[in-house]
Amino acid sequence: MSSLPPYASLGQRTWFYTFRFLCGLIFFFLIFPILVIIPLSFNAENFFTFTPEMLSFDPAGYSLKHYMDFFTSPDWQEALRNSVSIAPAATILATGFGTLAAIGLSQSHMPFRSVVMAMLISPMIVPLIISAAGMYFFYSRIGLQGTYIGVVMAHAALGTPFVIITVTATLVGFDQSLVRAAANLGANPVTTFFRVQMPLILPGVISGALFAFITSFDEVVVVLFLGSASQKTLPWQMFTGLREQISPTILAVATILVAISVLLLTTLELLRRRSERLRGLTPG
Amino acid sequence: MSDTSQAETVLTTQDGVPLKVSIARALRRQKIRALLLVAPLFLFILLSFVAPIADMLFRSVENDLVPSTLPKTVIALQVWDQTSGTIPPEEVFAALAADLRVATKEKTHTRVGSRLNYEKPGISSLFRKTGRRVSKFEDANYTEQFLKADKDWGDVEVWQVIKRFSTPFTAGYFLAAADAERTESGIQFKPDDEQIYLFLFGRTMILSITITASCILLGYPIAFLLSSLPLRSSNMLMILVLLPFWTSLLVRTSAWKVLLQQQGVINDTLVWLGIVGDDSRLALINNQTGTIIAMTHILLPFMILPLFSVMKTISPTYMRAAKSMGASDWYSFWRVYFPQTIPGIGAGSILVFILSIGYYITPELVGGTSGIFISNRIAYHISYSLNWGLAAALGVILLAMVMILYWMYDRIVGIDNVKLG
Repeated sequence: MSSLPPYASLGQRTWFYTFRFLCGLIFFFLIFPILVIIPLSFNAENFFTFTPEMLSFDPAGYSLKHYMDFFTSPDWQEALRNSVSIAPAATILATGFGTLAAIGLSQSHMPFRSVVMAMLISPMIVPLIISAAGMYFFYSRIGLQGTYIGVVMAHAALGTPFVIITVTATLVGFDQSLVRAAANLGANPVTTFFRVQMPLILPGVISGALFAFITSFDEVVVVLFLGSASQKTLPWQMFTGLREQISPTILAVATILVAISVLLLTTLELLRRRSERLRGLTPG
Repeated sequence: MSDTSQAETVLTTQDGVPLKVSIARALRRQKIRALLLVAPLFLFILLSFVAPIADMLFRSVENDLVPSTLPKTVIALQVWDQTSGTIPPEEVFAALAADLRVATKEKTHTRVGSRLNYEKPGISSLFRKTGRRVSKFEDANYTEQFLKADKDWGDVEVWQVIKRFSTPFTAGYFLAAADAERTESGIQFKPDDEQIYLFLFGRTMILSITITASCILLGYPIAFLLSSLPLRSSNMLMILVLLPFWTSLLVRTSAWKVLLQQQGVINDTLVWLGIVGDDSRLALINNQTGTIIAMTHILLPFMILPLFSVMKTISPTYMRAAKSMGASDWYSFWRVYFPQTIPGIGAGSILVFILSIGYYITPELVGGTSGIFISNRIAYHISYSLNWGLAAALGVILLAMVMILYWMYDRIVGIDNVKLG
């Protein structure tokens, strides 16, 4: 199917091009909604659709006013501050605990491995609304509801499964005899970890951390329930904005977030190639 | 052979410890080290995630309010036969007066009232009204005074409700979540037109199945194309799948909100092309259509990625062999290629289905009233109606459904094979 053989019949040719066309339409469906918000965020009017000026590429139809609004509005600025203070804290917690646990889990002598693994992965499987409801009930019992620590803990719990999955995947290709060699040469376990094991599994740890970061940075359901007004994050602000007063500032924020995800995606791809190269696999 | 000679053959390490003991000790040390590495996260998840879920399970059956607020009444009611059709004897009224005096001082009687009001409307005002007068009651003829305060105390049903909720645990929330209630003649389902939750569970299922089906329909050709193209071009096209996957959920939802509105981009384009008239713009948002379109877009990468990883392992030689033996293109695809992709379809479908039945944000924003899911109802009970017990019971049912599906996923795919990106 990758290319047409020279002897292809007319029917085969027609089907080949029809199929390509259909796939093109589906790709269009996948990518168009994300691309369309970018030009709309430069709209000079407070409309959610293309104005005649924009369609005729009149410079007067475009402006940066929604971006200005984002950078000057106290609501959005507070949300941005909260997001960048919650996500890194949750990422550090999730990555630290997750990496240690992944190393423990991939040792051959770990007892009850499958049960423990299932429990540690469960935050990824349980629907967010259920996690949010349970955390809301429990955290209000112990006084963590509406606090910064409560939100960070919840986000860290949601992020750890990704760290465990990526780090255990990297550890599959890790040669345990290197640890023994280091011990043999007189290194203590801590030195071995930081000087031998860590540099080799670093790509997995970083991509796990990125997953944990994006989980927290994008998360809205849990923070809606657990957070109080002073933990308002960017997604929260977008959610209430979309539900109540629709302003095109949301599109400017969305464009900035798309730029961030492109950046993260590129980083991850580079990490993946590096890790494959280190493991002696051919890079894609 | 004698025992002594056997003892001599036991291998020992250099310092005289039998080898077996030494190995066992080393193994134990390794086990402890592995456990210690996992312990911090284990405790953290236990506190931050497992305990909340357990709390929710507990809350869905917890019924501590009546026994703790009206302890004397609960004991006195034990001798009363709720099927007798008569109101309880004087001692019960005396006990209730004593309980209510304490409760009004602590202002807890209104909470009991509003809890029991879920079961029988009117009890809330009954408790509030009586609570105001109970301090002035004289120490005799309680029955008479209660009936004077509110004649509803003569209603046997009120007493039946109080007695039914005297136990520390109840299945009442689960019955409510299944649109049923316990009456004196056993468990009864509400009439069809009053069934909210069964209807919502049904709609959640139907919409999730529709979304899963559209994901298969759209994802299969894409995964097929990606797996058949040379690596360089498939990597390029993969970006078009991964970019939406990595983009914030709210960004994608807001994009659909912009596109689907009455004055939005799609309707504008259709009007401009003359396909629909300006006065008959399509209603694409705030209904089920909106939910299905937006969620199909959001969950499509979760279908494409597992399908792709399965199709990648299917060797093209099978298809070539089928064709060389005379099968047509369609026949070789349907009988040779397609059966090998079924594990991928299964994995992707369960993944998409699990994710979609628990969705909250997208239905809330683009679903209007006809496109919302059971999770929106759970959120409503937590934030607005404050009926936490019912929210917990609905959550437990949803969780059970997800767990069954997840168990199936584990059987078909294996949780260790979860791949990211």
